[in-house]
Amino acid sequence: MTANPAVRLQGVVKRFGALTAVDHLDLEVPEGVCLGLLGPNGAGKSTTMKMLTGQAIADEGTIEVLGFPVPAKSKQARGLMGVVPQADNLDEELTCEENLLIWATLQPIPRNLRQQAVADGLALAALTDRAHSKVGTLSGGMKRRLLIARGLVHNPRVVLLDEPTVGLDPQVRADIWVIIDRLRNEGVTVLMSTHYIEEAERLADDVAIMSHGRIIARGTPQQLLDTHVGTHALEFYGPPERLTEVEAIAEGLPTRRTGPSVSILRAESIPEAMHDRLGVGTQRVANLEDVFVLLTGEVLE
Amino acid sequence: MIDVHAYAGILTREAIMFRRLWVSTTFASIVEPTIYLLAFGLGLGALISNINGYSYIEFVGTGSVATAVLFSSVFTGMFTTYVRRVYQKTYDGLLSTPVDVSEIMTAEGLWIAAKAGVYGCAPLLVAMCFGLPPSWGMLAVPFIGFLTGLGFGFFGQWLSGIVPSIDAFNYVTSALITPLFLVAGTFFPLTQLPQWAQTLAQLNPLYHCVQLVRHAAFGWEGWADVGNVAALVIFAIIARYLSIRRLRKRLIG
Ligand SMILES: Nc1ncnc2c1ncn2[C@@H]1O[C@H](COP(=O)(O)OP(=O)(O)OP(=O)(O)O)[C@@H](O)[C@H]1O
Ligand SMILES: [Mg+2]
Repeated sequence: MTANPAVRLQGVVKRFGALTAVDHLDLEVPEGVCLGLLGPNGAGKSTTMKMLTGQAIADEGTIEVLGFPVPAKSKQARGLMGVVPQADNLDEELTCEENLLIWATLQPIPRNLRQQAVADGLALAALTDRAHSKVGTLSGGMKRRLLIARGLVHNPRVVLLDEPTVGLDPQVRADIWVIIDRLRNEGVTVLMSTHYIEEAERLADDVAIMSHGRIIARGTPQQLLDTHVGTHALEFYGPPERLTEVEAIAEGLPTRRTGPSVSILRAESIPEAMHDRLGVGTQRVANLEDVFVLLTGEVLE
Repeated sequence: MIDVHAYAGILTREAIMFRRLWVSTTFASIVEPTIYLLAFGLGLGALISNINGYSYIEFVGTGSVATAVLFSSVFTGMFTTYVRRVYQKTYDGLLSTPVDVSEIMTAEGLWIAAKAGVYGCAPLLVAMCFGLPPSWGMLAVPFIGFLTGLGFGFFGQWLSGIVPSIDAFNYVTSALITPLFLVAGTFFPLTQLPQWAQTLAQLNPLYHCVQLVRHAAFGWEGWADVGNVAALVIFAIIARYLSIRRLRKRLIG
């Protein structure tokens, strides 16, 4: 794609014993792009991120972050990278301020700018008034905001966010989206894994759908919709026999079954005659989830 | 090349943690050896007139330094490293910043050693209250404690990387740490043991620590002490190598 992508993986394979977690993965993230890595549990998202920081070593293939080959020069790369892990690993017995200060010391921030970086981090996490509270006393949402602020304390050029809002209530999720949106506006390169469709639709410039260790589709949300599912879906509810009947009538068009309903995708191209035979359905706008389910056969929560 | 920045970062973290937790850490590291010292020194001391020309409190007071150093270093290396790796996932976080496994383990080992150097002095001070005469040589004791603690800190880190679960530390403690601590000339002179056991004791790094502390307190013994220092240096180098290799295997997938 671009001449110098911020992140580049080529032919990357990662095996754990007999299991191939990442399977000949090719992925590039151009500078300044927010890429949503969308995939179900076990797709290999976290493993991919760990390889970018040199915390997992690829069995095959090459990896580069900001021009630094990883793992050979992963230390240099990590100094320019901010990482927000899937599992919270803050120091619970220390305060918010202390947690940020430690990270500000570990990262290449000049000594005289450290206090400011900590203050900015507290402000970003909206925890300035809790600066001296121990992390163990914070709510789940506050911890996650602090975890994100910690990863951003050195103004990294590339940010890895591994499921940044998993398990959080909608209010906290919205707060975190604001932070991610700000990163995009500042031109930071973001690689964000998620299994929330809405998150990818809202935040990602570009989406890569990952399944069984491979990227099976890539493009802007609009491109993915255009290529795979069109603009509208027609949804039918009913007993299984009725759904099977709908599927039979819609032969030739992509369909998607979820629980008690079946959706006919590319509903805009259903011929008049077929409409009459189908009966009355509910028309809705197509979404990325349709793409995902169609391509992977797997359902996201 | 040594990356000063990485070491500074890890040591800053240790210092901040210590500022919060020093009371409990210090209490555990000082009280237990002191109890041993008092129990043996005063209890058994009443029955024993002298050992190799020293009063029993002098003998055991110097020996307990090694106990304090061992306990504070090997157990910190074992438990703290295990908990940080397995439960708190601390290292997964640290390794996403510009530090490597070798830097983390080395810096944490240095911190453990520094604490061991300080805590090792506690039994000496207590023994002085019970009649151990102060001497200039004792100023070397923190350094002996540091060097010994460095090796045992790394050794504890290595153990934390080989145990299958935290419960396995019970076996490690009973089968490995306790013999090391008893057969080091702390509470009784090794000359009481059969020759083979005396030879084996030479392989116990703690024995060299005990020797150095006694000689620091009562008079250096030239080349023998150079040998004791060399043994502790070699132990620290080997233990560090094992620790880093093992934890790299555990932490980098
Ligand atoms: N250290 C490891 N040892 C063995 N298997 C592993 C290890 N890490 C990951 N795996 C396996 O690799 C596969 C991919 O895991 P990974 O954590 O990358 O998935 P993910 O896409 O992040 O999933 P999730 O959405 O659940 O976080 C899974 O089958 C997982 O069990
Ligand atoms: Mg994951």
